[in-house]
Amino acid sequence: MKRFRLILDGLVKNNPTFVLILGMCPTLATTTSAINGLSMGLATLFVLTLSNMAISAIAPVVPDKVHIPAYIVVIATFVTLIQFLMQAFTPGMYETLGLFIPLIVVNCIILGRAEAFASKNGILDSACDGLGVGLGFTAALTVLGAVRELLGGGSVFGLQLWSADYGMLAFVMAPGAFLCLGYLMVLFNKIAKKEK
Amino acid sequence: MEYFLIIIAAIFVNNIVLSQFLGICPFLGVSNKLSTASGMSMAVCFVITLATLVTWLINRYFLLPEGIFGVDLTFLRTIAFILVIASLVQMVEIVLKKISPSLYQALGIFLPLITTNCAVLGVAIDVVTKQFTFGGEAHYLNLGETMVYAFATSLGYGLAMVIFAGLREHLALNNIPKSFRGVPIALITVGILALAFMGFSGMVK
Repeated sequence: MKRFRLILDGLVKNNPTFVLILGMCPTLATTTSAINGLSMGLATLFVLTLSNMAISAIAPVVPDKVHIPAYIVVIATFVTLIQFLMQAFTPGMYETLGLFIPLIVVNCIILGRAEAFASKNGILDSACDGLGVGLGFTAALTVLGAVRELLGGGSVFGLQLWSADYGMLAFVMAPGAFLCLGYLMVLFNKIAKKEK
Repeated sequence: MEYFLIIIAAIFVNNIVLSQFLGICPFLGVSNKLSTASGMSMAVCFVITLATLVTWLINRYFLLPEGIFGVDLTFLRTIAFILVIASLVQMVEIVLKKISPSLYQALGIFLPLITTNCAVLGVAIDVVTKQFTFGGEAHYLNLGETMVYAFATSLGYGLAMVIFAGLREHLALNNIPKSFRGVPIALITVGILALAFMGFSGMVK
């Protein structure tokens, strides 16, 4: 029950994108379409869950002075792993996401969860926390990707809803990312936090 | 001439924040005041240029198969680069404290924060993996071009940061609807700024 709560918290109450406002770079850069956002979210989910587990396991024996470099090496190892996995199994997506796969290393969500949660809690709890926050991140990226894809090209997950001729190209490009995320945050504030 | 093209492309056309989405966290985090924003951009400028120089050399002489080990070690790139950047930031901090206490004071908290600024790792990885055109044929950058590119990119970062901090100082004085306050309105402002910077696209191919 407690673990289920942890997962749920990561999805809504501690949503990394809309509430904690962490990991903005991949959020903005990779959400040109729903499927790209989903893939980036899943890659981060993978790294986050595994690094949370590994870090909670090694935390008691790592000296305090070198804990940040030690955590970064652990995270970088898992990032290299997912890099190879994606290169082998989804080469197209690997090309699309490009630079932002190695940059998962410096995604502040991962180091943040390692510091704030994994280093103080057990392995299973940390795994659940990683899963929850990762799912929250994935959900946010997928929604943002879907909105941008719809406004920019009239489709969601490649399913054409109306003609791409009516799409506003700016939403697929850089400015649209900032604008969409800004307005989605407003919406999230309105609904989840019940603000006026 | 080519260097000039690189500079224009890196500062305006492919601005690192507004069109490549790198280093957004500090961009949103410390842009509340013009003075802190310029301090941060100075620190970033310094670290990006230095880190790119070191990582380029490491990539060329240790990781690539043509390097001194003679084996392909590029799979270590992410780990090697992030370690180099983290220790470089530490070293810069120590050296600066010793030789220029005033600059160290001015940069203050921003120096250690730069390790997790994805702009640093982003530029370092970008220049060794991507082929650039800059008017001519697609090619990997040599050391000189890399340095110019890294420095110009960090200038672009500073430019975006300072413009945005100026806008934000004005925003703070306005009455903004409650749900928009803080990050949402900041993001929408950046969006409009990015729209303006899109006007530069196509200037340098």
